[in-house]
Amino acid sequence: MSLLELKNVSKIYGELHALDDVSLAVEKGEWLAIMGPSGSGKSTMMNIIGCMDKPSKGEVLLDGVDIAKENAKNLTNIRRDKIGLIFQQFHLVNYLNALENVMLAQYYHSIPDEKEALEALERVGLLDRAKHLPSQLSGGEQQRVCVARALINHPEIILADEPTGNLDDSNEETVVELFRVLHEEGTTLIVVTHDPEVADVAQRKIVLRNGRIAKQTVNANFTGHIRFEV
Amino acid sequence: MITASLMRRRSRMIVALLAIAIGATILSGLVTIYYDVPRQMGAEFRNYGANMIIAPVEEGFTDKAFEEGIACIADEDLVGATPYRYETVRIHEQPLMAAGTEFESAKKTSPYWLVDGDWPSSGFELMIGNNIAENLQIKPGETVSVRYEKESGDSEEVSNEVDFTVTGILSTGGSEEDYVYMALSDMEELTNEKGTLDLAELSVSGGSEKLNAYADKINSGAYGYDARLVKRVTASETTVLSKLQALVLLVTVIVLALTMICVATTMTAVVTERRREIGLRKAIGASDASIIKEFMGEGMMLGAVGGILGSFVGFLFAQAVSVNVFSSSISFRPLLVPITIIVSIAVTAIACLFPIRSATAVDPALVLKGE
Ligand SMILES: Nc1ncnc2c1ncn2[C@@H]1O[C@H](COP(=O)(O)OP(=O)(O)OP(=O)(O)O)[C@@H](O)[C@H]1O
Ligand SMILES: [Mg+2]
Repeated sequence: MSLLELKNVSKIYGELHALDDVSLAVEKGEWLAIMGPSGSGKSTMMNIIGCMDKPSKGEVLLDGVDIAKENAKNLTNIRRDKIGLIFQQFHLVNYLNALENVMLAQYYHSIPDEKEALEALERVGLLDRAKHLPSQLSGGEQQRVCVARALINHPEIILADEPTGNLDDSNEETVVELFRVLHEEGTTLIVVTHDPEVADVAQRKIVLRNGRIAKQTVNANFTGHIRFEV
Repeated sequence: MITASLMRRRSRMIVALLAIAIGATILSGLVTIYYDVPRQMGAEFRNYGANMIIAPVEEGFTDKAFEEGIACIADEDLVGATPYRYETVRIHEQPLMAAGTEFESAKKTSPYWLVDGDWPSSGFELMIGNNIAENLQIKPGETVSVRYEKESGDSEEVSNEVDFTVTGILSTGGSEEDYVYMALSDMEELTNEKGTLDLAELSVSGGSEKLNAYADKINSGAYGYDARLVKRVTASETTVLSKLQALVLLVTVIVLALTMICVATTMTAVVTERRREIGLRKAIGASDASIIKEFMGEGMMLGAVGGILGSFVGFLFAQAVSVNVFSSSISFRPLLVPITIIVSIAVTAIACLFPIRSATAVDPALVLKGE
């Protein structure tokens, strides 16, 4: 059984089919990239997988549970326990320092554990920035704090919507490298991106167009390392 | 976590805190005034004052008629009966109205008279009204010479001068402050004329029916005077006090309502400002309950701190008002501290309800979307 399975999922806003009868299976430990033009339904799909939105039609099975049928409270719990989120705009709490931002995720999940949170920051190479406020961190550093926050509770899936959209190449590389390590540890990754280089690192790539899967490609020579075209 | 969040968003919170502190100040201050001022002023008001007046039909009446009249009233119902006789006298060459009375019963019929010094207790002692004392610069303990001259008329002329010791200065806030008071017997000696009276004040216990019956009985005796009922000083003063209290209560309620509005506005602004953060918190797993807990925690903490500040500043405020307006100091009421704190917390909690509802309604998917 796949970890995640979308069966004929549609999301309809009035006349608009943001997702139109999409079916997709994601295996445990897989690294999937989603591409597609603006408005093609990428974020809509991520929100549904991330339990922040419900489909208008279809089933979304996460660990065999149809999250399309769960109530808001259960969705919050599933999101908290199984999903790690990374955003293009980072969304760090601006009055909490890096460490506290990571601990915030622990706080809602279980209990804050400073040692563990520091270890997570160490993994993303920000141990020495633990007491810095987001405003005192560069964009790349902020996104690394987000990665630390997303992985702190050991989620089954990490969902990243345009994680490198606001980053330069070197920061992009750092973040992709973090994904590679997470992938090696068995974390399932779904990454929405406009950037072909980021998409090409993944094991599999799907392209959405007008709410439908227009193309699927499997990366035959997957290494997990980013290759920049020179 | 809550304190950190409060500390780093100081400016916004200071506004809310200030509102709560001011609200709590007014609350504890006015409640202190509400309870303390009547207690202090009311002690005297609670005693019975005169509620019946005997006034001559034409010109004066005799003390014999007075005795007979008050004999109509049962002993147990008669709290006090004070005769007054008025004559013009001169002190320091100033013509003044002197009242001859019986001080022991005047104490009963005019319990609210405030005497600086002592009431006269033996012969040839004077109590003078505050206005006169101020005009003539007379202090208790001084001896003054009182001169009486009877205008030339049919009977023989009298001109007499006697030394009196001033024992006290009378303050009532009324016309009594323009009179000089001496014992009736002293006045009779000064004027060399006995047995006449101009007025009497009676304090009679009982309801208005009983009082009316007594007045009718006295009037039917045709003693040459009328008995009239007057509203007790107490009654009207208590009404004033209770109106004052109602006003204080009203102001307190309004101030609390304003505080609530201010806190609600601030919290709504805070929630709006932090929509993204709330969405983020929800996205990483915050339940509605924990969002409510967090904002309520913040609100109630503000309420508690504001309440603590307010209950102490409020006492100082009440003290200042009391000293300046009522010229009496008040005692600190420890019970008011927890009450003020609890009310502040309750007010903030209620004020937070609506903003918190809008916080739980935040949709993370919507607010976390890109700019
Ligand atoms: N809440 C909403 N109400 C109505 N329409 C919506 C809503 N959310 C998204 N849409 C529409 O659904 C379509 C898909 O939106 P979505 O955000 O999934 O696009 P996307 O692929 O993430 O685009 P981008 O690359 O610009 O982020 C768009 O046409 C958008 O206008
Ligand atoms: Mg998008």
